[in-house]
Amino acid sequence: MSASLQDPSTTVPTPTPRGDRGGSVGLARNLGLVIALVILCVVGVASAGDRFASTDNLLTILRLAAVIGVVAIGMTFVITGGGIDLSVGAIVALASIWATTTGTQAMADDIGWVAMVFSAVLVGTACGAINGVLIAYGRIVPFIATLAMLASARGLAEIIADRKTQIIRNQGFLDFFGAEPLGIPVIVIIFAVVTAAGWFLLNRTTFGRRTFAVGGNPEAARLAGIKVQRHTVYLYALLGTTCGIAAVMLMSRTTTGSSTHGNLYELDAIAAVVIGGTLLSGGRGTVVGTLFGVLIFTTLTNVFTLNNLSTSAQAVAKGVIIVIAVLLQQRIANRKT
Amino acid sequence: MSTIHPRRRRAFAMAGAFAAATLVLGACTNSSSGDSDTSESIGKSNTDNDKSGDKVVIGFSAPAADHGWMGSITKSAVAQADKYDDVELKVAEGTNDVNLQISQVETFINDKVDAIVLLPFDGAAMTSVARKAMDAGITVINVDREFDSPFAARTTVLGDNYGMGVSAGTFVCEDAAGKKGLKVAEIAGIDSLPLTQERSKGFSDALKSCGLKVDNRVAAEFTVESGEKAASNLLQAAPKIDYLWNHDDDQGVGVLAAIKNAGRDEFTMIGGAGSADVMDAIKADNSVLKATVIYPSTQAADGIKLARLLVQGKSMSDLAEIEVPRQLKLAAPIVTKDNVDTYLPSAFRS
Repeated sequence: MSASLQDPSTTVPTPTPRGDRGGSVGLARNLGLVIALVILCVVGVASAGDRFASTDNLLTILRLAAVIGVVAIGMTFVITGGGIDLSVGAIVALASIWATTTGTQAMADDIGWVAMVFSAVLVGTACGAINGVLIAYGRIVPFIATLAMLASARGLAEIIADRKTQIIRNQGFLDFFGAEPLGIPVIVIIFAVVTAAGWFLLNRTTFGRRTFAVGGNPEAARLAGIKVQRHTVYLYALLGTTCGIAAVMLMSRTTTGSSTHGNLYELDAIAAVVIGGTLLSGGRGTVVGTLFGVLIFTTLTNVFTLNNLSTSAQAVAKGVIIVIAVLLQQRIANRKT
Repeated sequence: MSTIHPRRRRAFAMAGAFAAATLVLGACTNSSSGDSDTSESIGKSNTDNDKSGDKVVIGFSAPAADHGWMGSITKSAVAQADKYDDVELKVAEGTNDVNLQISQVETFINDKVDAIVLLPFDGAAMTSVARKAMDAGITVINVDREFDSPFAARTTVLGDNYGMGVSAGTFVCEDAAGKKGLKVAEIAGIDSLPLTQERSKGFSDALKSCGLKVDNRVAAEFTVESGEKAASNLLQAAPKIDYLWNHDDDQGVGVLAAIKNAGRDEFTMIGGAGSADVMDAIKADNSVLKATVIYPSTQAADGIKLARLLVQGKSMSDLAEIEVPRQLKLAAPIVTKDNVDTYLPSAFRS
């Protein structure tokens, strides 16, 4: 794949203007996604009418999107940086377990519910950093390193929890994350903040430019003076952090921590990132595209639920959408080179 | 519980089985002979419950149908709803992702359905959204996996896991008829689940009452593959067995394969959950399978029936009580060659 890419020195700056300066390019790239989302909404309104086009239903879609969306934003960075992470679901589970043990909850009672948030985010970040170190310094292929994390993180979660579901007793935590200031659920606000921060980080900072460079051509990035290994660790740790945030959101939604949380989130997150237009081979990525990817999948789920259709049919539709998206992506990529 | 005299426990099991049978039969006669009822003397709490009433919209959600029993849960719920022309069922089936299942229930709340029948993937994780539905004035029926708050459901329908163990153990005791020193083996389901622990406890409590105990015990994971693996290890470890209880008929397909491969037939095997394939084998009486214990896959169907009654403000037939009970624990009767025909029609295919 990388052979068909442009010379890295020119690839690196090109993606940056997408979505801002080069408005027409960004619009064209995301146009397909916007059209897909509009079509879904039209189908939703046509088939379910006011049940679809209501504020309550919009919030239901956004609440569903929030958890997986935050993970997908982190995944955008890792994939743009030329990696992949299969362990996100397991990390979400482990973080949710760690943050809801009787020990953590006792601590939360003493010093406030922030302790639970803090431990979830810390555990997520640590797992991500381990992934990063194994990949960058241990030279293990990302697929294998994160596969190992997938198995062991969920296993560890099961051991800690003894496969039981841990119930959150801290009312302060539940009240804060269950609140809806101005009618908008807190977890949706967090999702919005994470998305905005992700966009800024990828498109407006040195960190973002380095991410494109590392993903596009690591050798060239190294010659340009970027510490590729360290940057790789940062990317996986960042994804781990978003997994921790997702775990907190899931904890507030379910009022529990469980080793079964986050089942198959890796597939949902990767699918959303890919149909959003981020190249699986790295070097090109878009946070806005990922946002659309997540919204398309959750809206699809919602329309299917509203119309009483089975989740099996929905899985087929999902698969078809992924294939179409990747085919379109390849055509766009070919046209540019 | 363990102090109850075995005979009395047996009486309980019989009574439970009888009650279950009457419920099933009652349902059948009601739907087939709609208007020919003899109900006038008993008034409200009677069998005209199945007559068409106010329209009821019910939302239904359950985990992914990754084994036969769970598949039958949704199938029988839909079939039950189809029998009523006053019930509109919205099915949001099949997910093991609590985040998604929560959003399904949220959609039901937005839709202002009258009732929600919910078999949660994880009872504790679905509690808060169920509570939200109750607060919105929706009747929530909790099936099989319990919420951790009594405010989250109007009525809960449960299987009797401890009772399954008791029924299986009681069958062994009766069949052994006082003989001592018999070898009893057990193939459990997923060992860390509370329901598995309850089943095993019931089994060993019942065995204790006739002086037997579990000599060999292994655990599988409800899947065919794990059943085969666990059983072949067990058969290797125990050269002679007299009784074998397997907790789950879905994993039992693998257990039977292992028994066949090992060429063993010196023992009597008892199943669990009550699949139609196992009941066919019991009826044919040409294998080691002589009995199974029912864990009804019609729990959600009962949830649908109860939701309809609650929304229409009716009471349960054959109970003097006006209100539908808060909790319904279904019986776990033993099925043998003698009574297999009673249960075969409601059994599930694995």
